[in-house]
Amino acid sequence: MPEATAGVASRPGRLPLRTRGAARAGSAVSAVSRRIGAGSGGVIGGRVSLAIDPSALERLAVGHRVVLVSGTNGKTTTTRLLSTAVVTTHPVVTNLGGANLPPGLVAALSTAEPGSVAVLEVDEAYLGRVAAAVRPVGVCLLNLSRDQLDRMSEVRMLAARWRQAVGGLTDATVVANADDPLVAWAALAAPTVVWVAAGASWKLDASGCPECEGTIAFDADTWACPTCGLSRPDPQVWLEGSELVTTGGRRVPLQLGLPGRANRANAAMAATAATILGVDEARAAEAMAAVSEVTGRYRVVRVGGRSCRLLLSKNPAGWMEIFDILSPPPAPVVVAINARVADGRDPSWLWDVPFERLAGRRLVVATGERCRDLGVRLRYAEVDHVTVPDLTEAVRAGSDASGGSSEGVVDVVANYTSFQQLRALSSDG
Amino acid sequence: MAEARRTPELPVAAGRVTESAIRIAVVHPELLGTYGDGGNAVILARRLEWRQIASELVEVHPGAPVPDSCDVYCLGGGEDKPQARAAAELSHGQPLARAVEAGAAVLAVCAGFQILGRSFLGADGTPRDGLGLIDAVTDRGRGRRAVGEVVSTPTAALGARGLPTLTGYENHRWVTTLGPGVTPLGQVVSGVGNGAGDRSEGAVSGRVVGTYMHGPVMARNPILADLILESVVGPLDPIEDAEANALRAERLAAVGAGGGARWGPLRRWGRRR
Repeated sequence: MPEATAGVASRPGRLPLRTRGAARAGSAVSAVSRRIGAGSGGVIGGRVSLAIDPSALERLAVGHRVVLVSGTNGKTTTTRLLSTAVVTTHPVVTNLGGANLPPGLVAALSTAEPGSVAVLEVDEAYLGRVAAAVRPVGVCLLNLSRDQLDRMSEVRMLAARWRQAVGGLTDATVVANADDPLVAWAALAAPTVVWVAAGASWKLDASGCPECEGTIAFDADTWACPTCGLSRPDPQVWLEGSELVTTGGRRVPLQLGLPGRANRANAAMAATAATILGVDEARAAEAMAAVSEVTGRYRVVRVGGRSCRLLLSKNPAGWMEIFDILSPPPAPVVVAINARVADGRDPSWLWDVPFERLAGRRLVVATGERCRDLGVRLRYAEVDHVTVPDLTEAVRAGSDASGGSSEGVVDVVANYTSFQQLRALSSDG
Repeated sequence: MAEARRTPELPVAAGRVTESAIRIAVVHPELLGTYGDGGNAVILARRLEWRQIASELVEVHPGAPVPDSCDVYCLGGGEDKPQARAAAELSHGQPLARAVEAGAAVLAVCAGFQILGRSFLGADGTPRDGLGLIDAVTDRGRGRRAVGEVVSTPTAALGARGLPTLTGYENHRWVTTLGPGVTPLGQVVSGVGNGAGDRSEGAVSGRVVGTYMHGPVMARNPILADLILESVVGPLDPIEDAEANALRAERLAAVGAGGGARWGPLRRWGRRR
């Protein structure tokens, strides 16, 4: 698929002069940025474009069918799955690098072929602004839970902003996770919704009803607020084992190259969103099966001469899914934690993760810039661990604990910026 | 509460008379558990267990009666609406006040701290009655949301008992003004704290401790955890805290309040701008 990262040969078509200039200037800056090795260059190029033409996003989106993907977890993976499904029938442009703020979106759209479909991951706090600018035909709302609270403030406020954002989307189909009360409450304001039972392993943020001051009652597969009556919308799409089932009676097997329940849910959302663009679920499922890693996630690489599988988890909800993917005990695990701006400056969330579930492993290695916070957490969880600040040394320690076999692949779970650091340290394994 | 006599801060309890487990209540984790503060209760329980004192975590869920028979109550931070809901439930029959009267300790963080005061702000910005366990009023402040590392020097009485510099992470709106009947938990060295202009952070009133520090506060300040526990179970032997001390040193250095003060003044200047 065309991995449109940023600013190559833009074809702005019949855009206003200013927007064309903005897109070209952005692309030029991107190219320089790439050449000097400062990264893929998309974000800085997008910033330049937006500085020249503040409405560049709006204008660059004209003539493209846009689908937006947002949520706390699974944005990048779902965007990748959806792009892979859609590219079977249409040219696609996407912001695969995870550059999901307006500059990244501008950079992606600057590279779009005329008439191509844009599948764009959007930061959850920017969904409203972006949706208003690009007028999407589809919006995929995955989940909402605590993440980067120093930046995002309250989860409930995000849900309220989403609700406002989708309320005015008369021409869009919203694909929403019916199992997440905050998502459902937001999406109920949208004119057209397809409800997917995509599951929710983390319920603590949703137990206060978003509509009133009541408490959501969760019961097996469903939920409702006994105070105001807000309840789980009936899903039109759900999963039965690894089969996607629709109210229309279709059953589509999902044979994914990506592990875990969360990725089946991401695939269900992506397959449903693909139908908005005329791609049949079965065709989408077939294409998505080929995805076995997403920008390094789930990939087996070599770090410090040892094989490891890179897993990304950056908040409690993400961790709930990771526990099921990890190699079973007594396999060691390396956990890397940073607390930079993109991670959230406050790693208190480590105490919301039931790390007690890592007990019984030969060793857990706490690493990253905030390994000491994790070390203290693991001590109180009574998990055997060592604290090794250096990432490479930590991978070696984990690998050594896996029994000394050089064939052993140790699982490394990292949050956002520590994951990027590990990727930079890694070579293909 | 304003007229209440000043009680000693976290007085050490007489030795325990029963062997029954110390009951630690986690109050409304669904409403007051947004910032990892649930960790405080886990830490208190483990620190008892490690000293061969039995403990029991009691989760109190919204809608269920709040027991007045627990030994320690932990309240955490939360969002506006859930905070108001928790306050409303906790004011029914004042179970916390009765428990404190009977010798229980309370650790309340952020939104939990605010509702222990005489009044706090509801989601709509109007004042609501608090539980009145701490002589404090939380109101609109002028500044922006207080977000970042916070460091304080503990109040003298607790410092004299070995409580070192306090470290945490704050993330709150509003300003809490302490009344005459209550001692600040600490004086802010770095960060905002209560935000009332007196550099106070948190409050301690007898066995009731309020603070804006997340982290969680017990993880970063294990001696404070022990002082709270001692106010319930009596004197405790020290335990090894090498990992927590390493974390503390790192955090204090990061804000220039500890050993590594190299960039401290510059950082503080940067924050003030």
